[in-house]
Amino acid sequence: MDFLFITQQTLSATIGVNTIIFALAAIGLNMHFGYTGLLNFGQAGFLAIGAYSVAVPVISFGLPLWVAFLIGIFNSVIFALLLGVPTLRLRADYLAIVTIAAAEIVRQIARSATFNSTLGGSDGITGKFGADFFALNPFKSGLDTPILRFSANDLWVVITGWSLVAFIVFIMWIMVNSPWGRLMRAIREDEDAVRSLGKNVYLYKMQSLIIGGVIGACGGFVYALSRQSVQPDNYGTALTFFAYTVLILGGAARVFSPVIGAMIFWFLIVFIEQILRQGVTNNLIPDWLIGANQVSQIRFMLMGLGLMLLMIYRPQGIFGDKKELALDAKA
Amino acid sequence: MQKHSSGGSDFVSVTTQTPGSTKPDPILIADHITRTFGGLTAVNVAHLEVQRGSITALIGPNGAGKTTFFNLLTGYDSPNSGTWSFNGKALNGIASHKVARLGMVRTFQLTKALYRLTVLENMALGARGQKGESVLTSLFPWVWKAQEREIQQKAISILTNFKLIDKKDDFAAALSGGQRKLLEMARALMVEPEMVMLDEPMAGVNPALKQSLLEHIKELRNQGKTVLFVEHDMDMVHEISDWVIVMSQGEIIAEGTPTSVMKNEQVIEAYLGAHHDLDLSAEGDK
Repeated sequence: MDFLFITQQTLSATIGVNTIIFALAAIGLNMHFGYTGLLNFGQAGFLAIGAYSVAVPVISFGLPLWVAFLIGIFNSVIFALLLGVPTLRLRADYLAIVTIAAAEIVRQIARSATFNSTLGGSDGITGKFGADFFALNPFKSGLDTPILRFSANDLWVVITGWSLVAFIVFIMWIMVNSPWGRLMRAIREDEDAVRSLGKNVYLYKMQSLIIGGVIGACGGFVYALSRQSVQPDNYGTALTFFAYTVLILGGAARVFSPVIGAMIFWFLIVFIEQILRQGVTNNLIPDWLIGANQVSQIRFMLMGLGLMLLMIYRPQGIFGDKKELALDAKA
Repeated sequence: MQKHSSGGSDFVSVTTQTPGSTKPDPILIADHITRTFGGLTAVNVAHLEVQRGSITALIGPNGAGKTTFFNLLTGYDSPNSGTWSFNGKALNGIASHKVARLGMVRTFQLTKALYRLTVLENMALGARGQKGESVLTSLFPWVWKAQEREIQQKAISILTNFKLIDKKDDFAAALSGGQRKLLEMARALMVEPEMVMLDEPMAGVNPALKQSLLEHIKELRNQGKTVLFVEHDMDMVHEISDWVIVMSQGEIIAEGTPTSVMKNEQVIEAYLGAHHDLDLSAEGDK
């Protein structure tokens, strides 16, 4: 077993591009679910909108990348309004139903043959739409150390991505510790009580949906740019549920928990995969038990087992407050 | 019963004790309010006035439509027909949060403390016109910090008055049922309402806390606020209310002072049934 290689792969993944994408998706969900109690099951839709908004304007319409970013933010605001206007006055479950459907609608439209010429159909879009971004890359060569390894482009994505995460976490931290954040948490606890105190709950829920959605779209920007391609089927419901996993892993309603949750999530996935892969190739794991092709499925099984154990022994997540969670059960 | 020169119970002597009677200075006026659920008419109130500065009780047997009527008045439900006004302002179609902003603040039968907020946070939430509650200004703490300090001070002084000050940093979920009722009322006061609507303030409250709640309700009247409350506890109704309105099957069947209402034939009938003193086995004796 090449433990150095395992360490290098695992650590690189822990602070890598995927961690940034999932952290951003989960930070958005934390705004929705952790702080406001909105059950958004369509976060993948916001990421898809972010990703396509970066790729399509540049590839299909020849617009500069910075305009594409603005279009992405605008589109995610519109998407949040579309989801929120009909559902936020209703009970919480309606939002859950509508968001899960809306995210699928976005994905199905993106992969439909009708818009093949602009959205690329089921193949998605591949091309140098991130050229403006990578032109700013100051790194001529990648990072290649025994414990960390990134290509030059990945290094640039990782550094700008983590800067973006740090900025968003900082803004979130200020906001949730303000009277605005207090109002959001109050809505999570009981909307009717907040209304009885003269607050326009609908307006605040809409703000939460928009802010969390825009943060999710930022995750989509990183997803699209890092791969220089957008594949519609990457934005299925699984992405939303992985983002929830990340959030619950870290502990909802803590500003840093989605970041730590995403790091742990990718640490575990890559670590388990590398261990299994090395075990199989070095014949430490017999072929009849796990074949080389089964490793990527088995890692999710083990991941699921780990999550179950976490929920049993630490239901509040890594950062959550057990006392606070117990109160919820009592209420 | 205490008498007060301003508002208070002075209106009692000049008001007729009949359902829908007019009051000298009504703060709340409702006309022809109906609410049906399918075939059931839950509320059918022809006319109702609530005297400014009074403590008015709304009583009635279970299912009389008291809470539904409360929900209609406070914008938590919409009536099938009818008009009502608060301080001369029509409230038809006004959203519940706007009703609260106009100065009519309610509490709930099933207490709605915000469990995973601390007691102090619960209180601070009630304050009006908070700069820090706007999404943009929340980003600039120096804009709202000073106001927030004032709000906290006000919250602390009300909490001290309600004897909840030792609990200020506890989660609201850690309070007892009675303390949650106190907190809910204290929080409503943070909104600086003109009229407080209490839906069963005494339900599930132990006798010691009950006395303290009663004092707080009387204190509201002393401050010139109007109180309308739904209650089943007749001792409490007797002790603090200036005026009692009785509902049965959605309609107002009696109005008057606590003493007169409780002697009213129709009221006794509504609570106990028309033939409560009739021995059913001895047919035709009476």
